[in-house]
Amino acid sequence: MTGITRTTKEKIIKAFFFIIAATSVIILGLIILSLFREAWPIFRATSMKDFLFGTEWYPTYDPPSFGIWPLIVGSLIVTVCSTLIAVPIGVLSAIYISELAHPRAKEILKPVIELLAGLPSVVLGFFGMVVLAPWLQDTFDLPTGLNIVNASLMLAIMAIPTISSISEDALYSVPREFKEASYALGATKYETIVRVIVPAALSGVSTAVILGMSRAIGETMVVLMVAGGAAAVPESLFDSVRPMPASIAAEMGETPFRSDHYHALFAIAVVLFFLTLAFNLIADYVSHKFREEGSATL
Amino acid sequence: MKSGNLRWRYIKQFLFFGLVKLAVALIALALGGILLYLLMQGYSAISWDFLTKPPTDAMTKGGIMPAIIGTFYLMVGSIAVSLPLGVASAVYLSEYSKKSRTLRIIRIGINCLAGVPSIVFGLFGLGLFVVYLKFGSSILAGSLTLGILILPTIIGASEEALKGVPQTFREASLALGVSKWQTIYHIVLPNALPGILTGSILGIGRAAGETAPIMFTAAAFFTARLPASIFDEVMALPYHIYVLATAGTRIEETRPLQYGTALVLIALVLGINFVAILFRSYTRRRKSW
Amino acid sequence: MVKLNEHDGSIISVQDVNFYYGASKALTDINMSFKKNQVTALIGPSGCGKSTLLRLLNRMNDLIDGTRVEGRVYFEGKNIYDPHVDPVDIRRKIGMVFQKPNPFPKSIFNNIIYGPTLSGAGSRSDLSALVEKSLKQSVLWDEVKDILNQSAMRLSGGQQQRLCIARALAMNPDILLMDEPTSALDPISTAKIEELIDELKKDYTIIIVTHNMQQAARVSDETGFFYLGKLIEYNQTAKIFTKPDLKQTEDYITGRFG
Ligand SMILES: Nc1ncnc2c1ncn2[C@@H]1O[C@H](COP(=O)(O)OP(=O)(O)OP(=O)(O)O)[C@@H](O)[C@H]1O
Ligand SMILES: [Mg+2]
Repeated sequence: MTGITRTTKEKIIKAFFFIIAATSVIILGLIILSLFREAWPIFRATSMKDFLFGTEWYPTYDPPSFGIWPLIVGSLIVTVCSTLIAVPIGVLSAIYISELAHPRAKEILKPVIELLAGLPSVVLGFFGMVVLAPWLQDTFDLPTGLNIVNASLMLAIMAIPTISSISEDALYSVPREFKEASYALGATKYETIVRVIVPAALSGVSTAVILGMSRAIGETMVVLMVAGGAAAVPESLFDSVRPMPASIAAEMGETPFRSDHYHALFAIAVVLFFLTLAFNLIADYVSHKFREEGSATL
Repeated sequence: MKSGNLRWRYIKQFLFFGLVKLAVALIALALGGILLYLLMQGYSAISWDFLTKPPTDAMTKGGIMPAIIGTFYLMVGSIAVSLPLGVASAVYLSEYSKKSRTLRIIRIGINCLAGVPSIVFGLFGLGLFVVYLKFGSSILAGSLTLGILILPTIIGASEEALKGVPQTFREASLALGVSKWQTIYHIVLPNALPGILTGSILGIGRAAGETAPIMFTAAAFFTARLPASIFDEVMALPYHIYVLATAGTRIEETRPLQYGTALVLIALVLGINFVAILFRSYTRRRKSW
Repeated sequence: MVKLNEHDGSIISVQDVNFYYGASKALTDINMSFKKNQVTALIGPSGCGKSTLLRLLNRMNDLIDGTRVEGRVYFEGKNIYDPHVDPVDIRRKIGMVFQKPNPFPKSIFNNIIYGPTLSGAGSRSDLSALVEKSLKQSVLWDEVKDILNQSAMRLSGGQQQRLCIARALAMNPDILLMDEPTSALDPISTAKIEELIDELKKDYTIIIVTHNMQQAARVSDETGFFYLGKLIEYNQTAKIFTKPDLKQTEDYITGRFG
């Protein structure tokens, strides 16, 4: 043995791995820190209340006005609309893949869905911009096709593979005995799915839904390219909006370094960060409950 | 009466299954339609010159070679950052950690990191790497940002791969008087390698397709020459699509370039993911335990 | 304090041991010493703590979170639960064969040299000799001598188990612990391994857990009967199986319970 004993060496190795594993937490801390550091000064120019609930986002006017309420509403509305589209389609397709599809079909469908989950969002944004927008504009005779409907549709298309794939895992892991017990009691396949399988997989499915929403609210390129960019509280689904990520992405390149506007954009990132954090903590809680109590808690 | 009831149950089932199939058809229609449309529109723009020549005439003509190269650098850079960190984190989580509050904090941290929006990573990279550490907008700053973005994916995949190695292998090795680290290094990691590789390839695919994180940390609108060091800015495929489609005065005129670039990016990302999925099913079938 | 090890020819001895999985107690007040170059069988109904005791002897229980040991286990005059003792050293001297054969997904050759190379054994030719010697000891050599580079996963269950024995023997241990080594095997493989145990006892001390009464009677010199985490009776095998001291032991052996 060269100097240090094996036990010491093993301890050093373990400590090394611990430090690396802790980097994720450190990075998360750094993210929070650096966001706050750059966001903080905006509250010299405006109050927290005016910032969050002010309805006017005119960062480049003189005097500027930093109310992000329209941006928050924009984010929430496209998230909710896209969820309303993506959840039923995603979950129903998961039911198909897990319960109805022929094993051969399943073997193809599952990887295809997984593949599509990797479609770059800039491509979807691009498609929404050059194909869906003109079509919407012509068909509904609108001033612009870049609006809530377009953004929600493209976001939904982006979220569906994620929701479908995670839901399918949850449905698939429902124990066979449950299904058999249900069939043995004379239930139809439909009844078994709706009364037994889906409830048993509910936490997994809800996790999928929450994660899908969290992706939608944080997604940048799609809303940057197809939401239209109007920083006003919308009155109809065919209005343009400017969700928070779009605002940051569009304006950060143009704004002077460490101006009030720059700080305001970082403050928006803080809001966005905590919003998605909340979603993820809920998802973490739900899936934990699922894992610990398992299918026993029907 | 009874048979009428049963009939109604079967009608319900019929309707429900119809709905389920409709959902699948909608997905196939939407995603298949989008891919097919982009393929048809982009196909004609693709040529050898398009792939190997730089843009010309203020980016209204020519190819996308610098963007392909730039994306390649960012892919390599981000995996170089995230693979060692990710695998080592996973080794701690799967092999060393005991159930404790610290462990719970680390897990929550990783989950939260996985959920951070990509634009927030972009700002973080801007604040820390570009400004504070003075890397400037560069391959280095972009790779670090993307590397952190895909870190949770790599950790997750690696941990799953490590957990998949049967406990009996570890016991057999330890019972021979082999130390824990040697057991990990000689038995656990080699057997987890296929899973780790699959996760890495998927991570690379994700990094290749991201736009928001590199907007302020690495991506250049246009560069006249190829990057000479990791402190240079690069063009990148996703950002190039965005730029061509939204900025400039001749957006309509450059449509073919936009479709072409989009098609190249889709082919790249889906190709990478496809390789990962194929590789995974191949190693799963070959697995001897 | 008596140094049990020296005076009665025992190689390892357990003194006043209690063992806990979290809050539940799996072993109570165990005192037991194992004689050198003998085969000791541990018998008793399922869940009585046989495996726990076996794994305690080479500190394999360390791998399970939340376990706790009270008492001492003396080996070579030292308490192996002393904080200064490195379990890795102990496991090199006390080998183990598991219930289910668990070869590594490597070649037969590499399975055997795995332990020795990692604890710093010599050259390639030494290793070849070691592989041959270990495989001969475990009576597998003739069956595999031409396929040493083939994956061990392709062997039959019985062959895999003998490979695992060879792998343990390659470390040249003092003691070999075997936890139901034949319970996953067919009768012919079982017979081969029983013969093997008889052979090995010349060079090694063997402690074997078994549910098979005939097996215990056939292969062992000493037998310990456990019940609910306690050592009920510990005696020469011949005595245990013909005229046990306690009625409880007799009931178990004759199949009246458990
Ligand atoms: N990893 C563990 N965690 C908690 N309790 C355990 C664990 N392993 C064993 N036990 C408990 O300790 C007791 C003794 O178990 P042990 O495995 O030693 O029994 P055994 O005599 O080997 O049984 P068998 O003949 O079935 O192998 C049992 O009550 C068992 O439930
Ligand atoms: Mg046992």
